[in-house]
Amino acid sequence: MMNIDPIKNGIVIDHIKAGKSMELYHYLNLENLDCSIAIIKNAPSKKLGKKDIIKIDAAINIDLDVLGYIDPDITIDTIKDGVLVDKRHLELPEILTGVIKCKNPRCITSTEQELAHTFKLTDRENRVYRCIYCEAESNE
Amino acid sequence: MRSLINILDLSTGEIEELIQVANDIIKNPKAYSDKCRGKKLATLFFEPSTRTRLSFEAAMYELGGNVLGFSEAMSSSAAKGESVADTIKTVSCYADIIAMRHPKEGAPLVASMNTEIPIINAGDGGHNHPTQTLADLLTIYREKGSLNNFTIGFCGDLKFGRTVHSLIAALSRYEGIKVVLVSPKELRIPNYVKTELLEKNKIEFTETTELEEVISELDILYMTRVQRERFFSEEEYLRLKDSYILNEEKLINAKKDLAVMHPLPRVNEISVSVDNDDRACYFKQVLNGKYIRMALMLKLLEVE
Repeated sequence: MMNIDPIKNGIVIDHIKAGKSMELYHYLNLENLDCSIAIIKNAPSKKLGKKDIIKIDAAINIDLDVLGYIDPDITIDTIKDGVLVDKRHLELPEILTGVIKCKNPRCITSTEQELAHTFKLTDRENRVYRCIYCEAESNE
Repeated sequence: MRSLINILDLSTGEIEELIQVANDIIKNPKAYSDKCRGKKLATLFFEPSTRTRLSFEAAMYELGGNVLGFSEAMSSSAAKGESVADTIKTVSCYADIIAMRHPKEGAPLVASMNTEIPIINAGDGGHNHPTQTLADLLTIYREKGSLNNFTIGFCGDLKFGRTVHSLIAALSRYEGIKVVLVSPKELRIPNYVKTELLEKNKIEFTETTELEEVISELDILYMTRVQRERFFSEEEYLRLKDSYILNEEKLINAKKDLAVMHPLPRVNEISVSVDNDDRACYFKQVLNGKYIRMALMLKLLEVE
């Protein structure tokens, strides 16, 4: 496996489904950070066969709901002074705000622009999210 | 303070309680004629619906309260571009309870998130209309004596009919319900109603295109309007439209105690001659709508 220097204070987003790291990079707006960021694609993984990893060399707040929605199998490692201090397993969030948009033209969110687009997980097994206002299923 | 946005906001126990209060109002209306003295209902109708608005207004007047509001968006600040949130915050300064009809789905939920007073969804686009469902449930209860153990047929436009979807959602929590879905194939019930309501709650259901084949099995027949514009072809419309018109001839094979319901307005899907049949319940449904709205407002206003 290719080596990237270990980070001292920061976050490692691990077990990303292979090929999903760039999507995640954009969802988390990582392009706006000026710290070092390493994106490792197709790294070997015992569990997944192949995986992506993102290493961020800065202690930032990550929107875990976004990550959980994109891929609930992701793990988040928090590194402090070179030591792993927290390892978090994600799951599909119950409520998702400001991540996906309701596309139903009859929904109140289509005319009231300031309303936050909020979705509720209605079927965990089949990963179904519905708009809390019009109950339309998200198709993103 | 609670609001009623979706029929499933109410537990079956609460629906039972509302039905009991409504039945008591029907028996003894005078006892309720002063219950809401000093209370004000605001009817905010961002799109016209004379029938529903008058039902709410009559309900509040019969409880001794007062009514204010508007009956179309053009006569409100919405025409000037005001948000639902701002309209509701303003009206909440004047009224104790709000009944709201809006063309956009979810608008009453937005309203309820922006006020401390109860909001009643009086219809939001093609989405929910919970007080119609309560009127339907009260009618079923009064006609059949229970909300359990009967076969109900839904006939007509089952694809776009929100009253049908809401009533199925409400009935899916009761025991021994069998559902017969009668519609042209273009207007079949949406798949999610089958999977998320009927199958999930193990409600027995069948689908057919012919009312006459199944009418003898039904305890309740819930008719809806089949509109010409819903069909893909004129030929198909002409071929099928009469199958969905209920007349005395079709009722010959129906049970003697069948209850024929319709959310109204009717166009021609129930022949006027059926109105004189004892099995016609649709005008009783209108009256029941007023009584259940009275019961609902008493509950939401926490009036003893």
